[in-house]
Amino acid sequence: MLNRYPLWKYLLILLVLVVGLIYSLPNLYQADPAVQISSARSEAPLSEQRLAQIQSALDEAGISVSATDVADDGVLIRLAEADDQLAARELIGDILDDDDYVIAINLAESTPQWLQSFAASPMTLGLDLRGGVHFLLEVDMDAAVEQRLEVNASAMREMLRGERIRYRNTEIDGRDLTLTFINDEDRDRARTLISREFPDFDYSNQGDGRGASLVMTMTDQAVNELQDYAVNQNLTTLRNRVDELGVAEPMVQRQGPDRIVVELPGVQDTAAAKRVVGATANLEFRLEARPDTPDNEIETFSFRNDESRTADLMRDVILTGDSVSNANRSFDENGRPQVNINLDGTGGTLMNRATRTNIGRNMAVLFIEHNTRTTTVIEDGEEVEVREPYTERGLISLATIQSALGNSFRITGLDSPTEAADLALLLRSGSLAAPIYFVQERTIGPSLGQDNIDRGVTSIMVGLALVVLFMLVRYKVFGVIANIALTINLTLLVAAMSMLGATLTLPGIAGMVLTLGMAVDANVLIFERIREELRGGLSVQQAIHAGYERAFTSIIDANITTLLVAVILFSIGTGPVKGFAVTLSLGIMTSMFTALLVTRAMVNLTYGGKPVKKIWI
Amino acid sequence: MRQFDFMGKRRLAFIVSAVLLLVSIGSLVVQQLNLGLDFTGGTLVEVRYATAPALDMVRQALESEGFRDVSVQTFGASNEILIRLQQDFDPDVGQQVVSLLRGDGAEVELIRAEFVGAQVGEQLRDQSGMGMLVALGIVMLYVAFRFQYKFAIGALLALVHDVIIVVGVFSLFQLDFDLTVLAALLAVIGYSLNDTIVVYDRIRETIRKSRIDDMPAIFNEAINMTLSRTLATSGTTLLVLIALLLLGGDMIHYFSIALIIGVVVGTFSSIYVAAALLLMVKLQRQDLIPAKKEDPEEEGEEQLP
Repeated sequence: MLNRYPLWKYLLILLVLVVGLIYSLPNLYQADPAVQISSARSEAPLSEQRLAQIQSALDEAGISVSATDVADDGVLIRLAEADDQLAARELIGDILDDDDYVIAINLAESTPQWLQSFAASPMTLGLDLRGGVHFLLEVDMDAAVEQRLEVNASAMREMLRGERIRYRNTEIDGRDLTLTFINDEDRDRARTLISREFPDFDYSNQGDGRGASLVMTMTDQAVNELQDYAVNQNLTTLRNRVDELGVAEPMVQRQGPDRIVVELPGVQDTAAAKRVVGATANLEFRLEARPDTPDNEIETFSFRNDESRTADLMRDVILTGDSVSNANRSFDENGRPQVNINLDGTGGTLMNRATRTNIGRNMAVLFIEHNTRTTTVIEDGEEVEVREPYTERGLISLATIQSALGNSFRITGLDSPTEAADLALLLRSGSLAAPIYFVQERTIGPSLGQDNIDRGVTSIMVGLALVVLFMLVRYKVFGVIANIALTINLTLLVAAMSMLGATLTLPGIAGMVLTLGMAVDANVLIFERIREELRGGLSVQQAIHAGYERAFTSIIDANITTLLVAVILFSIGTGPVKGFAVTLSLGIMTSMFTALLVTRAMVNLTYGGKPVKKIWI
Repeated sequence: MRQFDFMGKRRLAFIVSAVLLLVSIGSLVVQQLNLGLDFTGGTLVEVRYATAPALDMVRQALESEGFRDVSVQTFGASNEILIRLQQDFDPDVGQQVVSLLRGDGAEVELIRAEFVGAQVGEQLRDQSGMGMLVALGIVMLYVAFRFQYKFAIGALLALVHDVIIVVGVFSLFQLDFDLTVLAALLAVIGYSLNDTIVVYDRIRETIRKSRIDDMPAIFNEAINMTLSRTLATSGTTLLVLIALLLLGGDMIHYFSIALIIGVVVGTFSSIYVAAALLLMVKLQRQDLIPAKKEDPEEEGEEQLP
């Protein structure tokens, strides 16, 4: 019998439609503006009193709260008005005035319980739709290599001193580390000694006699490993820092060999975000040089707050900020900002060993910041950007060691409470393994986001209405079928995107609109073919059958080629282009499904197996 | 039903295509593309004033504070202003600009601030060019596999034709070519290919069925049979695109323009470039005969009454 589907096919289609409906539904529930309070340390959950205090303060300020969800990891306060979000956060911040809580503005899902039990959730909105900042950071590999070489040089010097081999100078240039000796024998001994411990270098001798030097070049493999290590380490650090910033649903991701994307939805204060994300500050603890210390073991630094004051320090570092396990800002007896520091086990031992034997000497805290300066120069008639990394080192304190220090102590000498808080945060979250700099930045205000959503929705509605009208006029009864299919298509597309956790962006919406236009194509092909077969003198049932059958190859070929393009688009594209590609490819798949199966099922149900003389097409 | 003699007019169509291509390429050579921030790198700040300001004042205010090469223009509404700064990036430039403009007591709101490093832009440019080539290559292979290599040549040239003309229009009128336009361009490739394949499919079918060897006549028949479908699909797609252009807002303005041009040119090229080229490469019935044996679905179709 022509144009009849077996029951299982109808059931299958029905199943897909039900699933599609369930997973697209959450998108109808608008997210609530909310303020999220989570404790930075898990042992300090928000007490009942504090919560009551917050609620009365919000009431007083005339901010209406629609719901308060208390969960293990924090409290979510849903607000009635989006405009109140910032004010509410400030109020709550005043009440919880310490480092123990992270307060973030957020958009909270309002999917009903029964839908959540299917694990259905709405599409995530992209930054262009909800506002926020997007950073693209690049890891400065040259600087990372230089840092690694400096660390190695320091260790090598220590080794040479231990073996009483005299060296004159160490020099770092690009990937080369050069040690100069007094004579050939010392150089040769040093080479045997060092090459055993440092396999990451290619060694070569240069000059002889008083100019005898050993050139060590980092191998390609070592550089690659360093790059991987540096990027991964930076990812971890950045995640920690972003968590400290208190942003809901942040994203920190590696992109390509040496780049990192950071997206902070809802953040408007870019300056603060950048200060924390991009900061490359670290600390070094060193002893002050003795008057009899040889010159090549001394480095001179000036104070951060007074350039003219300088101090001679030992070249060797006792420990760096990497050994810090916890840090907090507080104030000393005179109300000056200070940072309380706790060291990890090894750090504590190192500090103890260094201070125990040096009571009465001065210890310096050195603040180090890696920065890049970008200048534009004209080269071959073209403007070329030249990036020049530089490192600022400044003393923040120089204090006499009164007694052996252990795991915890405090440092003073900071300029402002903000600086103290930032430094504490940076020490807590860990330092960056290599300096990073910003290569791309986008800030999207919340008003633009709402605007984009409104416009996107309007254009989808209008586009849909126009297509529906067109199909009705042109294909009559079959137009109704095509229009139902189009609605189903849109539902399935939204469901698929929600299920995959795809992010909806503005180009994504454009992709949806475009899909709508092209989705009718398959139906048009089929319907035109049916008309043609009818004109050719086939009976109604035969014409419908032949129409679907013959349009099939065209539809498949045409859609597969478009799908190929969409997949390529996805693999080469970044950000917005990717969003567009995802929507387009999903749209192609759902439209093939609806055109080939759903409309066929509807046509079969309407006409199949009945003695039809004439159809409205 | 009326039959149009498409193939008879192909010389005229070739001339039209050639002129369009020449103008496009000429414009690309002479004035290149007005590449957007995504590709060139630079800094862009969009702000909204409570009341429309004088652009000159804004420009002067910025230049007096040491911002170099400032371009100021309205964006959408007269109180929304787009400020471009070439290669002059400072961490908080967005906030700086806003507080500077607020200096004269105006109400200014930051809508967005973007900074793209020159190097990133350059890489994106190379990557996009590469992606486009890969897309064309793979599509050509698919068509050669499903049809025949002569079809692949026709489809490829049609796509290149469409891409050059869309890019050419953007160059000629110096429209902003940004990342969304690139996405649109790739969508145009998808759309135009879709159209070409439908026409090709019908040509293949008609050649197999017909008993005559008059290729132009066969092509005419095939194109006429797909004509109403072509117009319906282009029509609906254009309808939504126009909705997008008029209502979608400024950020997808150029996206819509690129697609509208692309859909029109793509429809034209499916007939006059893709199909007419098959005549030039002397497509013959024999070219499709071996393919027939390998295609079991096709056999099934022949058995229909």
